[in-house]
Parts: sequence; C-alpha cells; structure tokens
Amino acid sequence: MFGDFDTGVIFDNLNFLIEGMQLTLLLTVIAIGGGLVLGTLLALARLAPFKPLSFIAGTYVNFFRSMPLILVIFWFYFLVPHIVGRPVGGFYSVLVAFVMFEAAYYCEIMRAGIQSVRKGQIYAGQALGLTYAQNMRYVVLPQAFRNMVPILMTQAIILFQDTSLVYVVGVKDFLVSADLVANRENRILEMFTTVALVYFVICLSGSLLVKRLQRKFAQ
Amino acid sequence: MIELKDVSKWYDDFQVLDNCSTQVEKGDVVVVCGPSGSGKSTLIKCVNGLEPFQKGEIFVDGTSVGDKGTNLPQLRSHIGMVFQNFELFPHISVLDNIKLAQLKVLRRSEQEAQQNAMRLLERVGLVDQADKHPAQLSGGQQQRVAIGRALAMDPIAMLFDEPTSALDPEMINEVLDVMVELARDGMTMMVVTHEMGFARRVADRVIFMDEGRIEEDCSKEEFFTSERGERAQIFLSKILEH
Amino acid sequence: MNYNWDWGVLIREPYFEWLVSGFLWTISVSIAAWILAFSLGSVVGIARTTDSKILRGIGTCYVETFRNIPLLVQMFLWYFVFPELLPDDAGMWVKRELPMPEFTTAVVCLGLYTASRVAEQVRAGIEAIGQGQRNAGLAMGLTPAQVYRYVLLPVSYRIIVPPLTSEFLTIFKNSSLALTIGVLETTAQARQIEEYTFQGFEAFTAATLLYIVVTSTVMLLMKLIEGRVRIPGMISLGAK
Repeated sequence: MFGDFDTGVIFDNLNFLIEGMQLTLLLTVIAIGGGLVLGTLLALARLAPFKPLSFIAGTYVNFFRSMPLILVIFWFYFLVPHIVGRPVGGFYSVLVAFVMFEAAYYCEIMRAGIQSVRKGQIYAGQALGLTYAQNMRYVVLPQAFRNMVPILMTQAIILFQDTSLVYVVGVKDFLVSADLVANRENRILEMFTTVALVYFVICLSGSLLVKRLQRKFAQ
Repeated sequence: MIELKDVSKWYDDFQVLDNCSTQVEKGDVVVVCGPSGSGKSTLIKCVNGLEPFQKGEIFVDGTSVGDKGTNLPQLRSHIGMVFQNFELFPHISVLDNIKLAQLKVLRRSEQEAQQNAMRLLERVGLVDQADKHPAQLSGGQQQRVAIGRALAMDPIAMLFDEPTSALDPEMINEVLDVMVELARDGMTMMVVTHEMGFARRVADRVIFMDEGRIEEDCSKEEFFTSERGERAQIFLSKILEH
Repeated sequence: MNYNWDWGVLIREPYFEWLVSGFLWTISVSIAAWILAFSLGSVVGIARTTDSKILRGIGTCYVETFRNIPLLVQMFLWYFVFPELLPDDAGMWVKRELPMPEFTTAVVCLGLYTASRVAEQVRAGIEAIGQGQRNAGLAMGLTPAQVYRYVLLPVSYRIIVPPLTSEFLTIFKNSSLALTIGVLETTAQARQIEEYTFQGFEAFTAATLLYIVVTSTVMLLMKLIEGRVRIPGMISLGAK
C-alpha cells in the first residue's frame, strides 16, 4: 500500500508546485479584496431605505447564492471574452467570477453583522442626540465589525478552498499543478495526499487563528 | 416643560396609545405606572421622538416633537434618557461612554468633556471604574453610569424607562438613591417604574396607565390615599403586597 | 458582441434529453448524499455533545478533517487514491465491480463532507438549548439517552430547520463537483451543449434556471415546514 510512496517526486517538482500555490494565493487575495469592496457596497445598498436599490442588491445576492460556483466559473469563462471582444486568459475570467460570487456572501455576512447590533444601542445613541451618521460611525459599525470579523475570516478560508475549482477550466493553481505532476509521473497517490495535507494544515491553522481572535474580541 | 396633547399611536392596527394628555412642569417628578402592555414605555419614548406617533402633539420646552421640521437630534440632546437595559456602549470604556456625546454632539473640548465626565462619575460614586468597560461592571453600576451619561448633556429634563426592572434586588437601591438625589436637586423627571416606594418618596404626581389610556393622573398624596379607579386599585394591591 | 442566438437548441434533441438527464443526475446525487449526510451528521453532532471525551474527540477529528480539505480534493482522493489504499482484493472489487462507480463515489464523498457540516448544525442546536434543560431531564430520572430522545432532540431539530435547509441547498449546489469525476449532471451537460453547439449563453441559462427553480422551491418548502413544526414562542437559529 504505502510500500512505494515516493516522496522524491514531490521534491523534484517543488518549484512547479510552489508556482501553483502562488497562483492559488494570488487568486484568493484578490478575490477577498474585490469581494469585500463589492460586498460592502451591496450590504449598504441592501440596507438603504431606497427601495429600488435594496431590491437590485437583494436580487444580485440571491442570484449568486442560488448557483454552484462551478457554473459561475463556466459562465464567466465563456462570457468575459465575448464582452471584452477578444480572448482573455482563463485567470482573468476566473478572477471576475470569484469576485462577483464572493461579494454576494460577504454582503450577507456584513448585513447580518450590522443587524445584529441591538436596537437598544441605536436608541441609546439617538437619545443622546447623535445623528444617523454619527450613530452608525460611533455606535453601530464598531460593534457590527467586531461581530463580523471572525465570520469574514472563516469565509476567506472557504474561498481559499474554493479556488481549487479553477480545475474545471484548467487554470494552473496548486491542485492543477499537482494533478499535472501526478499524471506525468504516474504518482497519483503521493501528489493528492500531499495536496490534501497542505490544504489541511493551512486551513486548520487559519481556523485556529480565527478562534484565538474570537476569544480576544469577545470582551 | 413637557406637554402631551391627545397623543395616539398605532402599531399597524393595534392601538398602543389612546388620547393621552398630561403635563410635566419644570422641577416636577412624575411617576408613570401600570400593568405590562399599558403603553407606558411607548409613551415615554414618544416624548423624545424615539417612537413616532400618529395623532396628537407633544411639546418639550416649547418645541413640537412630532413636527416634521424639528431637528430631533438637537432636541434629544437636551433631554436625557435612561433605559431598562442600561444600553451602555460595550466597545468603549465607561469614561468614553460619558464623553462621546459631549464631544460629538455638544462639541465640547476634550478637556471639558473629561472634567465633566469625572465629575459625574464622582456624583454617582463610580470614579474608580472610569477606565473599565461596561461588561466589567455590575448591573447597578452600569445603570448609574448610564444616568451619568445622560446628565453629561446638561439636560432640561430626564426620562427614565423602567430603570430598575432589570436589576437584582440588592442593586435597586443604589440606583434609586441617585435618582432621589437628582429629584431633590430640582431636575424635571418622568419615570416609568414599578417602584412605588420611590414614588412615595419624591414624586409630585403619579400617572396610572392601562391599555394605552391614562386612567389616573393626580398628586402623590391623592394617589396613595383616596379611592382610586378599579384598575388602579387592583394594580396597586398587586405590587404593594411585597 | 456578435453572437448567434438560438434558444431553440434547448428543446432540440439530443440537447434537451441531455439537460433532463443531467438534472435527474443532480437530483439523485443530492438526495442520496443528503440521506447519508443527515444520518451520519446527526450521529457525529450528537457525539460532540455527550459527556464522553472519546466520543467528543472522535467527533471533533471527523469534523476538522472534512472541513479543512477542499471538497474537490476530497473527491479526487476518493476516486483516485482510496482504491489504491485498500487491500488488494477490496481494491480490485472497487475498481472493477462497483456499480455506477462515479455516482457512488460522488455520493460517498459529498455525503461524508456534508455530514461534517450537518454535525456542526446539530451540535449548535443542542447547545443552544442549554445545560438547564438537560439537567431538568436528568433530575426527573431520565437516562442520558432518554434525555436526548425526549427533551433535547425534539426541540433542537425544530430550531435548526433553516440552517439544515441551507445545508441541503449546499449539497445541491456541490453536486456539480461530481462532474470532475465524470458524472454528467446539470452543469456538465450545459458545458457539453456549449462545446457542441457554441450556444453557451442558452445552455448556461438553462442550467442556471434549473438551479434557481430548485433553490427557490426548497426555500419555500422550508418556510412551510418551519411554520408547521414551530414551537410557539421560540425563535429558530438563523440560516447561514
């Protein structure tokens, strides 16, 4: 079974694998950044008293949350070149797909965070004479943010895992790189085990970090 | 100072307040009591515009609360309010809780706000808790800080919404003592409470509410001694038993 | 954007048949995986709330293992690596004799993965009820098992209807990952139509509509179920 587990193949192709991981990380980071920005705008739109705006934002969020990520990836892989007018690399199409998709999830997290602040707190701020903007800035948002951060970070870890789905369009992330090596060297067992282990270590560390931060924030 | 004229309020179809009218003169201490659901909390929240009302008028120091042109934040900064659940801001220190509105609404200088805050903490007996966060204080302490936070705005009147209902029995008195002192210093106060002992000590008038209506509105002496309406009688007998 | 619109492609054979077949595969994978996920997840979730350190430890290991590896990687591990790890006879059987290997692998993978998430929801539901209820049950003389059966579980399952529905919808969406090991479900078929006819817009729209219709229907059903089983006065834990 594990009799001829060849660790050598991992080291021989280390650079290739690292490049794949770099792409994975790059995709993750940009998707988080873009997703947060767009997600914040969506959240504010959803909470706005202007009905048409909140409806549009709501439709966007429900739409992207009803579909599998793979389908979204296919959509943008297909659509982006048509919109831009010329062939675009898989990486950029996939990037757009991730940002649009994650924004819907980030929006909901932030909206829940803001709505989780007790109404009494809003009353207390108002009773002191704070305006809506001041109440938001000094009372509601600081508390909402503290509630949101652990969940936002957990979502980031999920995003990190989801990037592996670029496999379906052949973008050379960590998983695809390992897969290529596996098939080339006929070392499927070693490569996939390694991939699983690497992801496991990174994600577990990430979630332990989130738990530590949660304990610090919960005064 | 505070005037309510035929105030009515509905939540959808349900009528919460029914033609409530009363007056609170400067320096008066008015206690509002009544069974749960009588509308007393809603009434007091209408006075500083936290709850809107559909009919009637409310005037605070001449300003109409229901008028669309009224600058509500400005009006509210002149009225102090203390809540049943204290509602101190958990993410900032006790001292900062008292300073926040002074700095951002009254635009006082950092120094002035600081001095005022410390003075008020002394007044409510909690100077040594200044740098702690609300969650580190007991309920009674938090409520006293909340009173200080409201007083920091130098209000012309103070509204209390069941200030001791969420407190353990042994902490009720420390809060009531602060309120009694406030009353004796001449503050105009409107207090929703079950604490009849407090009413007997410092109230000028007692208002009894039931099902959204003001059933009784008379001087303290009259309320506790003469024959009151049936509902007030039943209510009093239930809570005075303890 | 010069594109030849041809919505008719969706109702022409064989493409229409492809879509129907794909949709049926999606439903089959989802339901089969859900049955596995719900049963196993409940057991693991309950295990994590017991007094036994061993049971709690096993439960935690299970959840952490399945949560920290991407679902796609798990799918590959089950399909490519697992048969190699089995002793020779069993390995041979899996590789040759297993009926519908892609489907079965997808169901097992998806089921075990989602079980870890269901376990967390069940655990949260039980913990939300609090130690007080448990103590009240024990004080009456109920055995721990009876406490679960008559006190904790009836309430906790009712309050976690929204998050459980959310998990079912997640399985439904994750069923699309089965395409990577060859299950021709909805998304795969849409992609196939796109590759054959270049009518990507139409094909993907069809797939999108199918997913949205199912999602909306399930959410509606959830509201009905939640309304029916609601305990008067209790608010359920929110859906994520």
